[in-house]
Amino acid sequence: MKFGRRTVLGAATALATMSLAFAAQAQETIKVGILHSLSGTMAISETTLKDVMLMLIEEQNKKGGVLGKQLEAVVVDPASDWPLFAEKARELIAGNDVSAVFGCWTSVSRKSVLPVFEELNSILFYPVQYEGEESQRNVFYTGAAPNQQAIPAVDYLMNEEGVERWVLAGTDYVYPRTTNKILEAYLKAKGVAEEDIMINYTPFGHSDWQTIVSDIKAFGAAGKKTAVVSTINGDANVPFYKELGNQGVAATDIPVVAFSVGEEELAGLDTEPLIGHLAAWNYFMSADTDANAEFIEAWKAFAGEDRVTNDPMEAHYIGFNMWVKAVEAAGTTDPDAVIDSLIGVAVPNLTGGYSAMMPNHHITKPVLVGEIQGDGQFETVWETPGLVAGDAWSDHLPESAPLISDWRAPMSCGNFNTETGKCGGQGS
Amino acid sequence: MPLLRRLVLLTFAALALAFPATGARADAAEISAIVDRFATASKFPQVEAVIEALGAAGDPLAVPALRALEAGELQVAPDGRVVIERGDALLDPVTLEAAAPVEGRLKKVRTKNSIRRMIGDVISGLTLRAPEPAIRMTAAETIFASADAAQLDALEAALAEETDAGVKSRMEEARAAILLTASDDPAVQMAAIDIIADRGDQQALAVLATYANQASNADVQAAAREGVAEIESTLAMWQAGQNIWYGVSLGSVLFLAAIGLAITFGVMGVINMAHGEMVMLGAYTTFVVQETIRNSFPGAFEFSLLIALPLAFLVSGLVGLVMERGIIRHLYGRPLETLLATWGVSLILQQAVRTIFGPNNREVGNPDWMSGAFMIGEMSVTWSRLWIVVFALCVFGALLFAMNRTPLGLQMRAVTQNRRMASAMGIRTPWVDALTFALGSGIAGIAGVALSQIDNVSPNLGRTYIIDSFMVVVFGGVGNLWGTLVGGLTLGVVNKFLEPYAGAVLGKILILVFIILFIQRRPRGLFALKGRAVE
Repeated sequence: MKFGRRTVLGAATALATMSLAFAAQAQETIKVGILHSLSGTMAISETTLKDVMLMLIEEQNKKGGVLGKQLEAVVVDPASDWPLFAEKARELIAGNDVSAVFGCWTSVSRKSVLPVFEELNSILFYPVQYEGEESQRNVFYTGAAPNQQAIPAVDYLMNEEGVERWVLAGTDYVYPRTTNKILEAYLKAKGVAEEDIMINYTPFGHSDWQTIVSDIKAFGAAGKKTAVVSTINGDANVPFYKELGNQGVAATDIPVVAFSVGEEELAGLDTEPLIGHLAAWNYFMSADTDANAEFIEAWKAFAGEDRVTNDPMEAHYIGFNMWVKAVEAAGTTDPDAVIDSLIGVAVPNLTGGYSAMMPNHHITKPVLVGEIQGDGQFETVWETPGLVAGDAWSDHLPESAPLISDWRAPMSCGNFNTETGKCGGQGS
Repeated sequence: MPLLRRLVLLTFAALALAFPATGARADAAEISAIVDRFATASKFPQVEAVIEALGAAGDPLAVPALRALEAGELQVAPDGRVVIERGDALLDPVTLEAAAPVEGRLKKVRTKNSIRRMIGDVISGLTLRAPEPAIRMTAAETIFASADAAQLDALEAALAEETDAGVKSRMEEARAAILLTASDDPAVQMAAIDIIADRGDQQALAVLATYANQASNADVQAAAREGVAEIESTLAMWQAGQNIWYGVSLGSVLFLAAIGLAITFGVMGVINMAHGEMVMLGAYTTFVVQETIRNSFPGAFEFSLLIALPLAFLVSGLVGLVMERGIIRHLYGRPLETLLATWGVSLILQQAVRTIFGPNNREVGNPDWMSGAFMIGEMSVTWSRLWIVVFALCVFGALLFAMNRTPLGLQMRAVTQNRRMASAMGIRTPWVDALTFALGSGIAGIAGVALSQIDNVSPNLGRTYIIDSFMVVVFGGVGNLWGTLVGGLTLGVVNKFLEPYAGAVLGKILILVFIILFIQRRPRGLFALKGRAVE
């Protein structure tokens, strides 16, 4: 067998071109940072979000990437250590030159990275429901603000279930404290008496719920329909629900509506005794839409047959698609251009509608109330008639009621005080 | 809702007038016809209407369909038939005979809490005359709680022919609960209040308090208030007992978490930061055992914990043995390095479990004998907690026996008390060290089996217990098993008495402050070792 010189030359040239093209392509990627804890206490929630981002990026690359370039995920592990979040954010932005970062779960981790994003002028997509009272130029909040989760859920209980007596139970940190403050003000404005509200905080990872559950039972025996609004964080929920089940607190007597319990948390529980307890989210895995069916199928193929989807995953789905659309509209990944072009971008969500980015960097979402089913899923029993726009500054707290946020020129302010007419009403 | 209920009542009244036969028993075909209306009930109000119709028909034949609806088993086939899907079987909702197979996807008849409540009321009305006393009892209880005036006639009828004394008194209480709100006659209401106040439990309190909030007649209201006060004072007494029980149960959990540490840290003096992870390994062993049983021998699920116990002991004990041989024995006498090394091991174990099992919680089921609660007077005792207390005492007894009555225990004590002398007597001290450490770890492992029943099974499980464990051991007195028992129980009870007043967060802080002060006064804890062993 003999090769002609030309063949060899041709092959060599082809190879060289190919490797050049490959090299060029390798250089010409757009980097996307993923800042979720893969170890430590928060790994339980955040690992899934890392996986869903990898999946979204992979799918986008199959569709040809963004601006004709492939996306490259840069994954770091801040290990549930709040100061480390700031360091890792700096590493992503300054060291790896990422165009946008998707990450954080707890509010304290978000607060810890804020100065970094401001200083280095980058973009963070934050996918978790949070307490509000914040609007920052470099951050896009794709999770729910209190008016997109807590308030509608309370409205549901009040109007549909006739609840008159409220237990606000939460883990002792900033999200439950602020949310409960807002809820308390809201309930009182609705005419609920002081003695009909019981507020209870427990430490992180609280595991002995006997006293509290029996207190709740006693509180519920005062002759008015009682409900529990739970902002109990992740891990403490399993023993809490087990105790509810064991002490026979049925959802038909005292329903518990939770803001931090999703499909993922229920996966570690026998949900049979919990049927009927509620959760309020902007997305349930059981949503009956084509987009959701497609998303679930892709997720199961990517991560495994027994995996579930949940609300923060949808938030990342929305946030990522918004970013892709905004980058394509801006024609560049330059942060300033993308921040400007993100406002007003609308992309389909998984519950059959469109979510749009508002000028206050929060998005519009439907609010769903679902009941826990025996198979660990939620069934939607109520939803808001339309989309609810996220409100950065709660109207129910006196100090934040006059504040608005609008990042469009000429206002470009995250905390404009409508009473004094000045930017910088509170915080940053 | 009140408006709706009133409407329902009106409908009832209208129906009763129009069809004098209502309340008489309808036949199966009629019930089937009503049940079939679920097929077109896609909205909640429509479902409610069908349930009402079933209640109005007054035939217990409707009960299986209603129960299935409550359990989410009632399904609509594409051809419009309504069937019960139970496991793989399809049943006719009225006759409960096997139904013809269905092509296409079944669609569940949707329910929500208010509908389930309504179902409960209707079922109780229909089962008031069921042959089994237990069912009649539940029916009477449900009516008592809901005080649904629509059930009054059915209740009166059932009461007239009730023979069981227990059920009868429950029915009288239920009637009293209804009459309290439905009647206008102060004398009837007063009598009702007496009956309800005599019952004296939390549900009676709820019924009376509801009425006291909305009473129209001042005298009756005062009587209701009095009844409320009376029940509240009885309940307050029970509350103290309840707190002690909660304290004992929390104490037993603390004790279980700490007892392994009482050996590795207390007896051997190793500051073992990986102790919590031994507990976690035990919990994960339970998960693996249950998973295997679920997949291969579903019948043996009730025994899963008993199978898991020895395995958890072996797994954690083995890991402990390897740890001692591999790391800790090189670090005896250097507490700081031991602390850092075991801390490192704990991180490695956590991340290893996270890699193998994933970061999420794993579901460990409660066997039936560990679910639910029972009442002692007005004190509710959950089975899982009771078994854990019993289990903790068994572990304590076994350990005490092992330490005091077995050759290994003797050697362990000898080595801790005077290593050189023990060595001179021919005891292989390094092996005794290894076995002691393995024993402590293994005990931590079986504690994990128990804790898997009440807590998360996640890689972080150990983290939650490590501080508490050290607290108990230090408080109880290092090197003393009795100290750990008494220490754990004391901390549990104190914690539970503080919690209602101070709240869970502050309660925990107060306990810590208390222990710090206590250690200042008695540095060696509750049960200090005396004599030579101290050196």
